[in-house]
Amino acid sequence: MKNSLDTGVTKGKVVTAVLSKDLKIEMRSRVVTNQVLPFAGLVMVMFAFALDNDDVLQRVAGGLVWLATLFSLFIIVQRSFAIDTQDGALDSLRVAGIDLSAVFFGKAIALALKLIALEIVLICGAVLLYRVDLTASGLVLLVTCVLCATSGLAFVGILYGGLTAGAKGRETLLPLLLLPVVAPVLIAATRATEAAFGSGGAQTSEGWAWIGLLTVFTAVFGVSGSLAFGSLIDE
Amino acid sequence: MSQVSQETSPTGTRATQAIGVLALAVMAWVVASGLLLTPQDVVQGESVRIMYVHVPSAWIAYLAFVFTAVASAGWLISKKHSMGFDRFAGASAEVGVMFMAITLITGSLWGRLTWGEFWQWDPRLTTTAFLFVTYIGYLAVRRLEGSVEQRARRSAVVALLAVLEIPLVHFSVVLWRSLHQGATVLNPNGDVKMDDLMLFTLFSGVVGFTLVFIWLVLHRQRTMLLVDVADNQGLDLAIVARRAEGPAN
Repeated sequence: MKNSLDTGVTKGKVVTAVLSKDLKIEMRSRVVTNQVLPFAGLVMVMFAFALDNDDVLQRVAGGLVWLATLFSLFIIVQRSFAIDTQDGALDSLRVAGIDLSAVFFGKAIALALKLIALEIVLICGAVLLYRVDLTASGLVLLVTCVLCATSGLAFVGILYGGLTAGAKGRETLLPLLLLPVVAPVLIAATRATEAAFGSGGAQTSEGWAWIGLLTVFTAVFGVSGSLAFGSLIDE
Repeated sequence: MSQVSQETSPTGTRATQAIGVLALAVMAWVVASGLLLTPQDVVQGESVRIMYVHVPSAWIAYLAFVFTAVASAGWLISKKHSMGFDRFAGASAEVGVMFMAITLITGSLWGRLTWGEFWQWDPRLTTTAFLFVTYIGYLAVRRLEGSVEQRARRSAVVALLAVLEIPLVHFSVVLWRSLHQGATVLNPNGDVKMDDLMLFTLFSGVVGFTLVFIWLVLHRQRTMLLVDVADNQGLDLAIVARRAEGPAN
């Protein structure tokens, strides 16, 4: 597989390089573990304060997990691109003559891995704090839901993160652009998670229809993101 | 290009004047007929008159967003990347957001009178609200700093992404819940269940609002051109002024 310019670097190598760069930055800075995780955990506790009812919390636990994930998504995406735009690092990638769709996938996979780590903690938090039950079949559904929803969120996050990277007022613009786009993920992932948790008497089997929607979303934004990312970060 | 910098530069032409006059005439008829001539509805009473504003403005909002997407695709596809496409996309989105706001306001007023609620979590309403927010985001992207080409490229991509996003949002909300009144005029069987004058007034509204839309977009894209030209001239004048200062010490 050759990339668009004759740099002799394959797409796979670019994906791996960008992925390991983003993960190395996280390993050294520990922003997700030291700042975003405690933030998401606090959001979960704040929900409990606001709703103040065990039955209600158990019923809406799925939605709360995904809302906390969305809030964290904004912070992680901002952080990821803030580092990339510092000292023109993103510009260097852009003029390196490499396939920018590979940069997109590298960054998206790194973001997805960070989000999955976060979601595992949040789901454990929901089981402990909101006292939800998880059966074996529910767990299979939940794992599938987490994988599909997170891939979709990562693609959209990197796509719009690239668009607002380096722009003035990006902190406020990113949520404005992202929230309407990720609404289908919030709806579908929440319903699937509620089915997995059995919230409000929901059956596990009811959750699988939502996985289909999540897969379509992920495919649509994976393809369009790889096509559009290059022109969005282009100066 | 330099003549356009005069502060008296008009954005109107013979054609836009004719469209403006026609739009005014049609709108005057819609107001008269909608408020005075048409009968009240058997079930909805006087509140049915909101429909003469609500339905045309919803139609125009959707038309505007389709037009924005088409113009954006035009900019991306055209080899010359003509800025005309970009200006039409931006102007149409601005007008679309305004009509979408009118749609949401008139819709919730009608909902209060008919359903007893300002808001219902119905798929069509929810999708419309999301569309509104999405295009507010699109307008924010247009205001990001950068060159005219950057603005055009970014906003064209965002407009096309919105086209992908809206069906997904709509479909997910449909799965979520549904209770909107079925389509009355464009029902699949083709038999329209409405008084003739009411129907005529409604279609006049659609025509009138379409004319207003065309008039606004034409003017707005010309003011956008003037803004771009003024920006370029500001830079040119600054360079000339700097040169006149003589060599730097």
